[in-house]
Amino acid sequence: MIFYIIRRLLAAIPTLLAVLTLVFLIVRVVPGDPAIAILGDRATPDGIAALHAKLGLDKPIWQQYVDFIGQSLSGDFGRSMVTGRPILTDVGAVLPHTIDLTLASLIVGTVIGVPVGIWAALHRNRFIDYTARLLSLIGLSFPVFVSGIFILLLFALHWRLFPVIGNARLDDPVDRLDKLVLPAATLGLVMAAYITRVTRSAMLSVLGEDYIRTARAKGVPWRRVVWRHALRNAAMPVVTVVGLYIGILIGNSVLTEIVFNRPGLGKIIVGALNQRDYTMLQGLMVIYCFLIVVVNLITDLTYGLIDPRVKQ
Amino acid sequence: MADPVLSVEHLRTEFRIGGAWHPAVDDVSFVLAPGETLALVGESGCGKSVTALSVMGLVPSPQGRIAGGRIVLEGRALVGLPEPALERLRGARMAMIFQEPMTSLNPVMTIGAQVAEAMMVHQGLSRRQAEAKALAVLDEVKIPSPARRFHEYPHQFSGGMRQRVMIAMALACEPAVLLADEPTTALDVTIQAQVLGLLADLKQRHGMAVLFITHNLGVVAQIADRVAVMYAGQIVEEGPVTAIFSRPAHPYTRALFAAIPRMDRDAQDLAAIAGRVPSLDAMPTGCRFASRCPQAQVGCERPQVLAPLDEAHVARCHVATAVRGNWHQAD
Ligand SMILES: Nc1ncnc2c1ncn2[C@@H]1O[C@H](COP(=O)(O)OP(=O)(O)O)[C@@H](O)[C@H]1O
Ligand SMILES: [Mg+2]
Repeated sequence: MIFYIIRRLLAAIPTLLAVLTLVFLIVRVVPGDPAIAILGDRATPDGIAALHAKLGLDKPIWQQYVDFIGQSLSGDFGRSMVTGRPILTDVGAVLPHTIDLTLASLIVGTVIGVPVGIWAALHRNRFIDYTARLLSLIGLSFPVFVSGIFILLLFALHWRLFPVIGNARLDDPVDRLDKLVLPAATLGLVMAAYITRVTRSAMLSVLGEDYIRTARAKGVPWRRVVWRHALRNAAMPVVTVVGLYIGILIGNSVLTEIVFNRPGLGKIIVGALNQRDYTMLQGLMVIYCFLIVVVNLITDLTYGLIDPRVKQ
Repeated sequence: MADPVLSVEHLRTEFRIGGAWHPAVDDVSFVLAPGETLALVGESGCGKSVTALSVMGLVPSPQGRIAGGRIVLEGRALVGLPEPALERLRGARMAMIFQEPMTSLNPVMTIGAQVAEAMMVHQGLSRRQAEAKALAVLDEVKIPSPARRFHEYPHQFSGGMRQRVMIAMALACEPAVLLADEPTTALDVTIQAQVLGLLADLKQRHGMAVLFITHNLGVVAQIADRVAVMYAGQIVEEGPVTAIFSRPAHPYTRALFAAIPRMDRDAQDLAAIAGRVPSLDAMPTGCRFASRCPQAQVGCERPQVLAPLDEAHVARCHVATAVRGNWHQAD
């Protein structure tokens, strides 16, 4: 296992370099001069030159690339052009909120999705299965802002169980949890719908495998066949989807954050877009890439725990 | 003959195709005496596996079902038995080895755990006790350095070694009947011989009755006492191995003999049987082999019955069984 971990860690390095290079290229191939885009109507030749110097765009391209990679890897993501504050400070301030939301909705999604998916698979084409499939279809087809507003109306305004405003104090665990419940439920239900579907189909395909027949031929009771033989094999595709979905979740929590008025990465991205905060966007992209690489790494390590063949 | 350990009477197992049920196994009957080996031979798709799965109560549902007949194992009727009762017999009194060693073992469980499992389930042994016994069984099926390999996973084993593990799992609880479904078909020729030898050896030692399924008549002589030839869901000929080998009666059995690969013949001389097994939803009412039979004649369009040729030797062919008298004169 140790060697496997080291190998995965080493393998993450080229991935990281590749995505950083991609970010660098994307920012540069976008048509138009960022200085003109930023300055807009106020663009004068002097102003543009000054901004180029400030952004480092006057240096040769290879120098820009080396600087960018070097700074990114050393954790220097630059400063916001609008506020002048280091990007990491702004991001650091909201990251706990984003992580709270991501992890909580992941937990909600898994706790609901995995058992329901298994249950549906074990009752294939019966009432339970149809119900689960219908519910997960509904969960997938409702946009988050619709289900979010619905949940907000019901639980925050009608029953007044949870607060409407979601700006939690990070040093107060009760407040933090209180304001997390509704957004996490909103996003978690979508996640649950995904996980239900993946778990169901993974479980169905595993139950059709030869080794399940072998276990039954040994006289292993059905319950034990499901728990001991099928579940662990079905976990691989589920982990894959969860891993992919976390990545999407980190970026796509924008709507949830807006509906529940929560701080978070999503809101910062929207803010930076509105203000054409070019350095902020680049920094956010880099941080986002880091997060994705970390999530992928965790996914890979989970594979190693589940399936002995992966470690080969 | 001693009371059979397994008897199958008029078994009919059907699959649903396009909304209608069609038999894949049609009126199959045979018995297995204690310690006896019956070879069930036939081309791929003839219903051999479905016969074995029916005995185990493992016909895939809901698309398949046992529609009729009796299966009696050591005096207990199996058809219609509730699932928990079947679970207590599977792996304990009857066990099955499958054709595909590469996919028949659970990839995320150690070999040792998979062999020990049946003993934990059936004999109520603790994990420790079961593992100790599993180690002994792995040794018995001649897996080299079993103590080390005990904790390895299936992907670390070759096909032949995996099939030995399958055999170990099947033998773990000393079943009365072993159903071996083409256990060597997926293996290299040299490995095939080793695994066959091992099976023959273990059968002697444990005194099990074996239903040995194969599509290759060539391996039958080494291992079987009796042979049942299956075609399109029916048994078309059955008899002692010596009778089948010296006087094959059904044209299908003879065609199978002609198709055995032999060292002293070039590969191109190998007479594969022309044509194909009729599909389940297009079974002729008469002889099912007629469309491929060189001796097809008037009378073949009528349903064929198993008729005696000789003592304990029967065939489902009106042409072969009509000349029965002549055979006796020739002997
Ligand atoms: N799960 C299944 N669903 C539908 N048809 C099946 C199924 N399993 C087997 N059959 C059909 O039953 C017939 C006999 O198959 P089988 O017993 O596997 O043949 P073999 O003699 O090669 O072992 C074949 O026509 C096959 O298509
Ligand atoms: Mg078969």
